[in-house]
Amino acid sequence: MAATNKIGLSKSDYKGAPTTLCQGCGHNSILSQIIAACYETDMLPEDIVKFSGIGCSSKAPTYMLDRSFGFNGLHGRMPALATGALIGDPTLTGLAMSGDGDSISIGMGQFKHVIRRNVPMVYIIANNGTYGLTKGQLSATSEVGLTLKKHGTNELEPIDVCLEAMASNATFVARAFAGNPKQVKTLIKAALHHNGTAILDIISPCVTFNNADDSLHSYAWGRENKTPIHDLSFIPARDEIMIEDFEEGTTQDVIMHDGSKVRLQKLERDYDPTDRIAAVQIIEEARANHLLLTGLMYISPDRPSLMDTLNLPEKPINRLTPDELRPSADTLETINAAMF
Amino acid sequence: MNDKVINDFTITVGTANGSGSQTSNLTILRALFKMGIPITGKNMFPSNIQGLPTWYTLRLSKDGYTARRDEHEVIVAMNAKSFERDLEDVQPGGVFFYDNSIKMPIERDDITAYPMAVKQIIKEAGIPSSLKTMVANMVYVGILAQMLGIEMEKIKMALDFHFKGKEKPVSINMNVIEASAKWAAENLEKTDKFYVEPMDKTDGLIMADGNTAAALGAIYGGVQIVGWYPITPATSLVEKMSYYLPQLRRDIDGKNTYAIVQAEDELAALGITIGGAWSGARAMTSTSGAGISLMGEYVGLAYFSEVPLVIWNIQRMGPSTGLPTRTSQGDLKQAMSLSHGDTKHIVLLPASARECFEFGWKAFDVAERMQTPVFVLSDLDIGQNQWASEPFEYPDAPMDRGKLLWEDDFDEFVAKHGDWGRYKDVDGDGIPYRTVAGNRKEGSSYFARGTGHDAFANYSEDPDIWMEGMNRLALKHNTARQYVPDAIIDNVEGAKIGIIAYGSVDPAVVEARDLLTAEGLKTNYLRLRALPITDTVKDFLRENDKIFVIEMNHDGQLREILTVEMPEESTKLVSSTLNNGLSLTAKWIRDDILAKKEK
Repeated sequence: MAATNKIGLSKSDYKGAPTTLCQGCGHNSILSQIIAACYETDMLPEDIVKFSGIGCSSKAPTYMLDRSFGFNGLHGRMPALATGALIGDPTLTGLAMSGDGDSISIGMGQFKHVIRRNVPMVYIIANNGTYGLTKGQLSATSEVGLTLKKHGTNELEPIDVCLEAMASNATFVARAFAGNPKQVKTLIKAALHHNGTAILDIISPCVTFNNADDSLHSYAWGRENKTPIHDLSFIPARDEIMIEDFEEGTTQDVIMHDGSKVRLQKLERDYDPTDRIAAVQIIEEARANHLLLTGLMYISPDRPSLMDTLNLPEKPINRLTPDELRPSADTLETINAAMF
Repeated sequence: MNDKVINDFTITVGTANGSGSQTSNLTILRALFKMGIPITGKNMFPSNIQGLPTWYTLRLSKDGYTARRDEHEVIVAMNAKSFERDLEDVQPGGVFFYDNSIKMPIERDDITAYPMAVKQIIKEAGIPSSLKTMVANMVYVGILAQMLGIEMEKIKMALDFHFKGKEKPVSINMNVIEASAKWAAENLEKTDKFYVEPMDKTDGLIMADGNTAAALGAIYGGVQIVGWYPITPATSLVEKMSYYLPQLRRDIDGKNTYAIVQAEDELAALGITIGGAWSGARAMTSTSGAGISLMGEYVGLAYFSEVPLVIWNIQRMGPSTGLPTRTSQGDLKQAMSLSHGDTKHIVLLPASARECFEFGWKAFDVAERMQTPVFVLSDLDIGQNQWASEPFEYPDAPMDRGKLLWEDDFDEFVAKHGDWGRYKDVDGDGIPYRTVAGNRKEGSSYFARGTGHDAFANYSEDPDIWMEGMNRLALKHNTARQYVPDAIIDNVEGAKIGIIAYGSVDPAVVEARDLLTAEGLKTNYLRLRALPITDTVKDFLRENDKIFVIEMNHDGQLREILTVEMPEESTKLVSSTLNNGLSLTAKWIRDDILAKKEK
C-alpha cells in the first residue's frame, strides 16, 4: 500500500495529467517539488486553486494537482484572474505558475500590481531566459551575450525578477535553481504558508532552446554557480515541538502568519531576510558578480494582504445566498425617497 | 406683449468648467421638479477640469418630453469666453441673462437682454472672499427665480437636499439667492414671455442619472466583485457603488459582502471580474471607449471558458480617445462580437435611468443563466444626465443563479446523470452545468482554459471536438433569445411605417412620433432592449412596409445587424443616423423620416 500523509492521501492524489513538456525541462522538476511540498504539508488538493498564463510554464499546472480547480488564463494577465477568484473564496490557497515571458515582458504590469496588492498566493516564475513555446526567442531575462539560433546575440541587460519584486514592495522574495529540488521544495512550503504574494524566481533550464553550458539558465551553469545564502527548513506550526533546535547563533527563525516557521541555517555570511535594504543589496551584488544567488532573499510576514483590507466575512463570499446578497424592499423605498 | 410661454422652453447656462456651477444648475433643476414641472437636465461639458466653457441645459416640458432640443429660449451667460456664441444661440424672441462685468456688445434686437450685477450683489451680500467664486453662480439662480417665477420655498428644499440639511452652506447660498431675486425685482423690468408655474406632473417621480441607477440595480442584483478602472463617463457608476454598498451590503457583523478593486488597467479590471465570477461570485466591471477595446482579449477568454459576468459600457464618442465627454451608440457591433474568432455576445440596451436599475440586476440573472459575459450598453446621455423617472422597481423575480452546482448539488447531479462534464450539454439547450472554484467536492474541479477543450474541459485539438464545442456555443446563443428582455412595441392602428430604436434615442423617438402624427404620418415603434433579437423583432420586421432604424452611430450598426438576422426583410430597412456627439432631437428625426419616406 502506498504511503499516505496525515490527511490520508498518497502522493498520486496530487498528480496531474502526464506532462507534455520536453524531457529534462526544468519545469517538470518544479512540478515534482510542488507536488511533494503539498503532499508533505498535508494540503487537501481541493483547498488549492491553480492559475497560469500562457507559455511552457503556464502549461505546467495541467500536469499537477488534478483534484484542484485551475484556470489557464491569458498571456501575462493571470494575476488579475487569481485576484478575483481568491476574493471569491479566500480560504483557497492560490498557486500560480508563470514564466519570464509571461510575467516579466507581457505581464510585467500585472506582476507588479499583484505584488502591490499583496494578494495571498504562491507566484512561481519558472525562469528559463527564453520563449520556449514559440520556439526560442530572446526574453527580458536573457543574459547579455546569449546567442539563439534565429535571433543572434542578446545585447540588452536582463531584468532581474527578484529586484523587480523588491521594487514593488513584495513581502516574500526567493530564488532557487530547478536543479536543486530540496531547496525548491522548502521554499514552496514556506511560500504556501505566506499571507501575501510569495514570489519564487526559479531558474529553470530550457533543455531545447537555452541550455548551452555557458548560459546562465542552463543546468551546467546552475550547478557550478549557484550560491545559497542559507540552508532552509520549513516547520509547519503543528510540528514545532517535534523538531530539534539547531545550534544557537547559526539559525534564524522567521515566524509565518499562521505560526509556522521558516528556519534559516546561516552559511558564510550573516544574512537577515527581514532587512529590505540588505535584500536589495545582495540581489544587486549577485547580479554584478554573475552569481546565481539562491534562498529566501526577503520576507515580511506581517504586512496585511489584500484580503485583510477588504473586510470580508468569514464565510467565503462566493457561498453567500440570495437572501444575504439582495437588500430588502424597504431599503429601496428609502433610496427612492431620496432620489431627487 | 406676446402670449405667455409657460413650462415649455429650454434654459441653458454657460459657465466656465470647474467654477462650481453644477450646484446652481441642480438647484434650479430640483426646484422646478419640486414645482411639479417635467424637467430634464443635461450637462454639456469639455474634457477638462477647469477653465473651458461648459453648458447646462434644462428642458421644461409641460407635455413631459425629455429629449434634447436645439433651441434655447433662455440663456444665462456667465462666461466671457462663450459670451458671443451664447448670445447667438438665443432663439428669436428669447431671453439673454448676462453677467454685466462682461463688457461685450449685444447687437440683437430680436431678444430680451437682462444684465446681472453679479459682482455687486456678491459684494453687498458680504460673502467671504474664499467663497465668492462658488456662490457667484447662485446669483443667476435668484435672478431666474424672480424673473421666471421659480418658488423660493422649492429652491430652499433643493439646497437642503444638496447640502444634506447642513445649515451653514444652505444659508450662505440662500442669502445670495434672495439678495439676487431682490436685486432683480428692483432693477429689472420683465418684458419677455417665459414663465414657470406649478404643475402636478412630477408627483411620485424621482430624479436620477443612469449610472446611479445602474449601480443600485447591480447592488440589488447581489453584485459581489467589481474590478474597475477610471474612465469617463463610466467612473461615476462605480463611485456610486462605493457610496451605496457600505450602506446596503454589510452583514450583521459589519463585514462586506462585496469587494471593489480598482485595477491597474481595464484588462486587469476584467481579469479580476472573470476570476471572481469563475469562483461563483456575481462580478461586473464598468467602462467605456478605450477601456472596452482593451478588455477585448479577456472577453474572449470569458466567452470561451463560459464565465458569467456583466460588463457595463457607458458609451462615449468615437474611435481612440474620441470625444470622451460626448455621447454615442457606436459600440453596438463591437459589443456583439468583441474579441477574435467567432465570439457572440448578449447585449442589453437600457433606454432610461429606470431601465438601468432593472438591467443592473437582470444582467446578472441572464449572465448566470447563460454562463457568458453580458454587455449592458448605456451611454453618456443616460448615464450622466438627470432624468425624471418612475421610482426604481424592486426586482420582481428571485435571483436566477443558473445551472450552478455546489457540493450537494454535485452529488445529486452525478447520481442522476452518471457523470459530470463542465461543458457537457445535458439539457439540449447548449447550457452546461458549472461548478465553481471553492467547491470542495472531490471530482467537481476542472481546469478552465482558453485553449480547445472537450466536454470534460480536457485540452483537445481534435477537429470534431472543436466543432462540437462551437456548435454548442451557437446553440446556447440561440437559447439566449428566450432569456433576454424582449423588445417593447407600440403599434398604432393603420400605421404601415415602423421605427426601431434603442437606448438613449428613445426620448427623441417618442417625441418625434407625435410630431410625425401631426404631419399626418402614423408610425409603429419597436424599442429594442437586447441582442440577440427575439421573435417579436422578427414579426415587427415582417409586419411593417418600411422601417426606419434610428441610432447614434455613423453607419447604422443595428440596421446592419438586422439585415444579417433577417436578409429577406432587409430591403425595408432605412437607416436614420446622426453621430455628432449630441443626443438626437425629435425635430431631426421627424425631418429625416419625412425626407426619406418616399424614397
